[in-house]
Amino acid sequence: MKKLILLVCLISVSLITFAQEESKTYGPVPSITVKTLDGETFDMGEISNDGKPIIITFWATWCKPCIKEHDAINEVYEDWVDETGVKLYAVSIDNARSSRGVLPLVNGKNWEFEILLDENGDFKRAMNVNVPPHTFIINGNGEIVWQHVGYLEGDEAEYIEIVEKLIEGKPLE
Amino acid sequence: MRYFIRIICIITLFPAFAFSQGILSGGNVTGNVQVDAQVYQEDEKLGITDSTLNYKKFGTNGFANIIYTNGDFSAGMRFEGFLNPMIGFDQRYEGVGIPYWFAKYKTGSLEMTAGHFYEQFGSGLVLRSWEEWTLGYDNNIYGFNAKFTPAKGVTLKGLVGVQRFFWEPYEADSRGIVRGIDGEFNLNDIFEPMNDSKTKITLGGSFVSRYEKAVSKTIERDSSWMEITQLGDTINWITRTTYEYQLPVNVGSWAGRMNLAHGGFNLYAEYAEKGNDPNATNDYIYKNGQALYSTVSYSTKGFGLFLSTKWIDNMHYKSSRYESGNPPMLDINYLPAISKEHQYSLATMYPYATKQNGEFGFQGQIIYTIPKKSKLGGKYGTTLTANYSFAKSIKKEQIASDIPIDSTGTDGYKTTFLSIGDLPFYRDLNFLIEKKMSSKVKVKAAYFNQKYNLHVIEDDLYDEENMVYAHIGVIDFTYKFDRRNSLRTELQGLWTKEDEGDWAGITLEYNVSPSWFFSVMDEYNYGHPDADRQIHYYNFAFGYTEKTNRISVRYGRQREGLLCVGGVCRYVPASTGLTLTITSSF
Repeated sequence: MKKLILLVCLISVSLITFAQEESKTYGPVPSITVKTLDGETFDMGEISNDGKPIIITFWATWCKPCIKEHDAINEVYEDWVDETGVKLYAVSIDNARSSRGVLPLVNGKNWEFEILLDENGDFKRAMNVNVPPHTFIINGNGEIVWQHVGYLEGDEAEYIEIVEKLIEGKPLE
Repeated sequence: MRYFIRIICIITLFPAFAFSQGILSGGNVTGNVQVDAQVYQEDEKLGITDSTLNYKKFGTNGFANIIYTNGDFSAGMRFEGFLNPMIGFDQRYEGVGIPYWFAKYKTGSLEMTAGHFYEQFGSGLVLRSWEEWTLGYDNNIYGFNAKFTPAKGVTLKGLVGVQRFFWEPYEADSRGIVRGIDGEFNLNDIFEPMNDSKTKITLGGSFVSRYEKAVSKTIERDSSWMEITQLGDTINWITRTTYEYQLPVNVGSWAGRMNLAHGGFNLYAEYAEKGNDPNATNDYIYKNGQALYSTVSYSTKGFGLFLSTKWIDNMHYKSSRYESGNPPMLDINYLPAISKEHQYSLATMYPYATKQNGEFGFQGQIIYTIPKKSKLGGKYGTTLTANYSFAKSIKKEQIASDIPIDSTGTDGYKTTFLSIGDLPFYRDLNFLIEKKMSSKVKVKAAYFNQKYNLHVIEDDLYDEENMVYAHIGVIDFTYKFDRRNSLRTELQGLWTKEDEGDWAGITLEYNVSPSWFFSVMDEYNYGHPDADRQIHYYNFAFGYTEKTNRISVRYGRQREGLLCVGGVCRYVPASTGLTLTITSSF
């Protein structure tokens, strides 16, 4: 009996894997509620940028490489928006200890992109993020098509390359 | 094992079944994996031998998350294995299994979760379940969670469940049951005239209750008196009275909160109270708990300011009144430490962790960016940050002259709301300058001045006998050779006359974007009062990242200390060895 159950499980797993083969994306952005800096709720499933790509980064005020990543992106962000229309959402996973310091930090550092708060890590878990920084790129249909873990000096150049490929309809690989 | 198969089948069969039925199609499986493996070796300098390692020369902590999503349905699980738990993790974690699985469905305005879940009401003063892998912290709730959004701007939540305690499954009365409701109301969305107002107001409230069976618990008190007999003899009489605790079976707590935002101005305040809850963390006193947490901030382009205060009294709230151990388990609520979480290793040598049963805390921070192309700001601008925080005791007075503070079975002590005591727990003043010198060079410099009450923070001894005063300086220098290659150099120093004395640290990190990093690091405790313990804590590491796969290898010495995330700390003993870390998402 146990063997039979296991067999059925294996078959069902392979079915799921098969279902995966059809689309080469990580699927749509999950519908999880986060907060804006004004304290309003925001459903990540409804994120959109008029059919243009979106970059989502996970970060925290205490995460050194995250701050570096955003400082580096901020320097070129205006150009990115002008050239590609891309929009960046930086999702802070700061908890109640430091989440109230997010807005002053963002403004103090002159960061120009959108900021969202994921205080208890609900969106982080749904997106399978281990530790920040973790960056995702979403295509015009709202599907996650690329992701990258960590940040090394200069990585931001790769993000915009992916965005450009998406706009031009080129394969990402 | 049977349990395990059952869960696997529920999670895998349901979508497969639904898929074959054609009800749901185009589902999605995503997940992530992390495995840390450590090989330990003996190290005479650190006093590590096979027997201090308990002959456990190899430790592995790992997890795998799998989430299946299909439209409004999702289900997932986390498989964990600790074989054996790595050094610094509680041995009760040893084992493998699935401590977390869930199924969630959203239809219209209602979202239901069955299984395990994480939830937070407000800032967490009365309820927060969360996990932090690096800390070995997980207080997930196993039960039902409902979220209802009847109208725009209104969110109602309700939950019931039991909490995780290592691998011990819940059995009747083995620990308490947690119930809670929460409502949040965004006035701008609810009231039409306020729709377009620039002032955004959100109000919220929560009520949480814990049920735990009361077992008989007694305490004995002696009272004595003297009597002189007619013959002139003195007789000492002692009367021993046995008291039986009337332990509350249901312990309630509630909180109210508000958030007011107007442009760059933001005010948040949350106030909470807890009913009498004699438990192992408060010496079984009957006093009610009270907490206030508030932050006000103002910011505009290039400038940010925030001030936070926190006052808490007797707010330890766990789903078992008998639990007081370390690591903290079965926490129902979360009381954040409000000091800054630092990014440089020597600045985290003396970290602060909240004292749940009585603390006043304050934090203020200013960030200012000197504009680009100005005289002081240079071509790229310069960012300055100043931060100050402290934590102190609250005032506690005896309830009667013959009853010492914290006497078990009494009200414990008297206090006044927002009173500040005399005993310092912690103080931290720090400055950070960040400047991009040219397209190739970035420099950061930081100074920290810390006062750390070691007895209070590490040993729960409420005196001033072991204060540590430390100065810490950091210079962080990045040189970018070209688009892909960069070198980061970090110089750190910690100077103190107390504890383990002075430290110096150097880190060299060579990065090749987007894939490789190599680093060499040494922290040298050159000022240790005992010459034999002036130890180099060296580390060599490299890592490779390929999209979402990351493999890193580190060899070296880990210094003893507290590892803290969000004000919750884990003690990490010293160790020497090789660490392999693999993380991956799919």
